[in-house]
Amino acid sequence: MKFRQSNLFWPLMALLGILLFNLILTPGFFHVEMRDGRLFGSLIDIVNRAAPVMILSLGMTLVIATGGVDLSVGAVMAIAGAVAGCLIARPEGCILNALNVHGSIPAIIAVALFVALICGIFNGFLVSFLEIQPIVATLLLMVAGRGVAQLLTDGQIVTFNDPKFAALGSGSTFAIPNPIWLFVIAAILIGLLARKSAYGLFVEAVGNNPVASRYSGINAKNVKLTVYVICAVLAGLAGLIPTADIKGADANNVGLYLELDAILAVAIGGTSLAGGRFSIAGSILGAILMQSLTTTILTRGVSAEITLILKAAVVVIVALFQAPEFRARFARRRAA
Amino acid sequence: MAELLQLRNIQKSFPGVKALDGVSFTVRAGEVHALMGENGAGKSTLIKVMTGVHTLDSGEILLEGKPIQIKSPQDAVSQGISTVYQEVNLVPNLSLAENICLGRESAGFTGIKWKEVKERAERAMARLGLNVDVRRPLGSFSIAIQQMAAIARALDVDAKVLVLDEPTSSLDRDEVKQLFEAITKLKNEGMGIVFVTHFLDQVYAVSDHITVLRNGNNVGDAPIDQLPRLELVSMMIGRDASALESERVAKDPIQSTSFIETQDMGHSGSVEGVNFTIGSGEVLGLAGLLGSGRTETVRLLYGIDSANHGELKIDGRSASGHKTSKAIASGFGLCPEDRKLEGILPDLSVRENLTIVLQARQGWFRKLSRSKQDEIVQVFIDSLRIKTASPETPIKNLSGGNQQKVILARWLAANPRLLLLDEPTRGIDVGAKFEISALIEKLRKEGMAFVFVSSELEEVVRSCTKIAVMRDRKMVGMLTGEEASEEKVMSMIAGGEA
Repeated sequence: MKFRQSNLFWPLMALLGILLFNLILTPGFFHVEMRDGRLFGSLIDIVNRAAPVMILSLGMTLVIATGGVDLSVGAVMAIAGAVAGCLIARPEGCILNALNVHGSIPAIIAVALFVALICGIFNGFLVSFLEIQPIVATLLLMVAGRGVAQLLTDGQIVTFNDPKFAALGSGSTFAIPNPIWLFVIAAILIGLLARKSAYGLFVEAVGNNPVASRYSGINAKNVKLTVYVICAVLAGLAGLIPTADIKGADANNVGLYLELDAILAVAIGGTSLAGGRFSIAGSILGAILMQSLTTTILTRGVSAEITLILKAAVVVIVALFQAPEFRARFARRRAA
Repeated sequence: MAELLQLRNIQKSFPGVKALDGVSFTVRAGEVHALMGENGAGKSTLIKVMTGVHTLDSGEILLEGKPIQIKSPQDAVSQGISTVYQEVNLVPNLSLAENICLGRESAGFTGIKWKEVKERAERAMARLGLNVDVRRPLGSFSIAIQQMAAIARALDVDAKVLVLDEPTSSLDRDEVKQLFEAITKLKNEGMGIVFVTHFLDQVYAVSDHITVLRNGNNVGDAPIDQLPRLELVSMMIGRDASALESERVAKDPIQSTSFIETQDMGHSGSVEGVNFTIGSGEVLGLAGLLGSGRTETVRLLYGIDSANHGELKIDGRSASGHKTSKAIASGFGLCPEDRKLEGILPDLSVRENLTIVLQARQGWFRKLSRSKQDEIVQVFIDSLRIKTASPETPIKNLSGGNQQKVILARWLAANPRLLLLDEPTRGIDVGAKFEISALIEKLRKEGMAFVFVSSELEEVVRSCTKIAVMRDRKMVGMLTGEEASEEKVMSMIAGGEA
């Protein structure tokens, strides 16, 4: 297949366009330097900031490939962040105080991810066993989940001072910021699951034709259940990053609207919202594309209001070129 | 007779396939011209070139002697070439009259002139010899009448050439007769009619002239009385037809221990009183009309629906709470009736479609290696002669018959004990039908068991070792040995004797 027809082509072109724009107009955009044993520069910054959405988009890709959608990832981020924050700070009157992990970072992460996993089972159960429309089923947790997070933190920002946990969000390892490492580990795990096991094939089969998949012997219910579980665990992981970064669990704002960014990243990456074929690389590219756009606009000193509109414009253009209908028309016109 | 529509030396390629390689086709005024060929012969492509769906690569089209270009389906209609497709593409909850005039209603200053619309519709239906209430919703009419409405729609725009693409595949015998009367009427008015079908009987009943395509080439073009049936079939499949008339399977009782037994199995409202046994090396045919409970029986066996009375025994054990996963675990497989909705994974490749059953059995973590997959796929592409540009082509790009072969292959690769075949030959050309029959017979001898459902009685009688006859959602009898003849089955279906 020609690369031009690949789903990665147009997002990549858009990304290159943005980079080219910066190369010409933004001095020092490509400058990367080593300071205190950590790399600094706009490029590193873009990837670092995109990490939470990239992690979300990994799970969202699988969910969308089954023909579903998960609106609750932002809320699950908030829940995981709240759990981690409460376990560290142990604010008075918090029900999580019953569980004392004595400040062990692995245990805190494990508990936070476990709570996220339960959220995923809840979503997956509603979708695959009760057969509730995914958009409705996950809307429940999107609304209620943030409430749960706020209950845990009692509506406050639970701040803590644990340099080891904070390092998850702001520290670095081998000169690369830790959020990027978290993303890389998650991406490798999901990549292996999707392409080295048969799981990816089953996800595509179920998304493409659930009835035929069932008749072929695929346990479609389990496939659907697990995509929501995987998606929620990844959301939990993504939720730890901003929490660690600001050294506080902010149930009101952590992950707010990020479900939409994740869905957009998947759509830009060429995975059809109707389900079926998916591209994890495309989704990652989509997330990076949007963050580069945001960073570019901000460094150009454009006001934040216009940022959103410009972002929408680029998304529309890329999405158009991803649509087979539009491409066919475009190709015909060029041929004529 | 005057040449109405001429296609000369038409070339059309798709990525990886040369669909039409210099095909010529001429429709004369006042004739019914049958276009015949196997799946993938280029019939559909030729029709789509004629009707403006595809643009041609080279060649020319002449309408009444003048060269024309057809830019789009709308353009084809406005130049006088109308098409009626297999599935009725109309709006069931609008009235018959509205459907006939849809998009070109007689409109005046004050809106649509309903009276005129109604008169136009009545006139068009009358030309087909039908007198019906055109104000009733289209959906309330039989499929045959709906099909006629689609034809009437073509008449309403003064079509010179009418293309009928498999118009009879969902009609019963009387409805076909009704349709043919209408076709003959139009023919006598001087219209040129292109008729595409898989049913040989119908070709000989109504056509004047036959054009045969194979692999994108003309292989035959003759008046009907100069092309006998056997010759037509051998032209279509490119082989000597007499060699294909495989012998009937012996109807002697097969000596094998049955592993499936049903006792009065049924599901309220769908099928009742099903009694049979199936053992290895047996092919159980389910004969009956559409809606007689054949598909419903298959669904019970495969655990899609669960029997709520009677009993299903597998290996002597009562299979209560039978469901699809258990059926598959017991070694059952299903080629479903509706290939598009229940069979293919349209966007996935031929390779993925073909290995999905094996992979599902292996589970998530034991992925079949790519080389193993390629090996399996190549074996079946060769042995079933699946026609595909490559194993990586999405299955939706294959012709219907080739899709069916892939679905069959997906199960054969997993070597099931019992394969349920629900209309495996529907919409498949003659050659592929014989191939599938021969394949069933070969696997049967090797010990595989089959349940075979088909609307074509001749096929059921030819391939099955015993036949369960269904009527009105009930099993009404079991025929074996010499009893299992077409006449006997037919009289039981008709309700003559039990």
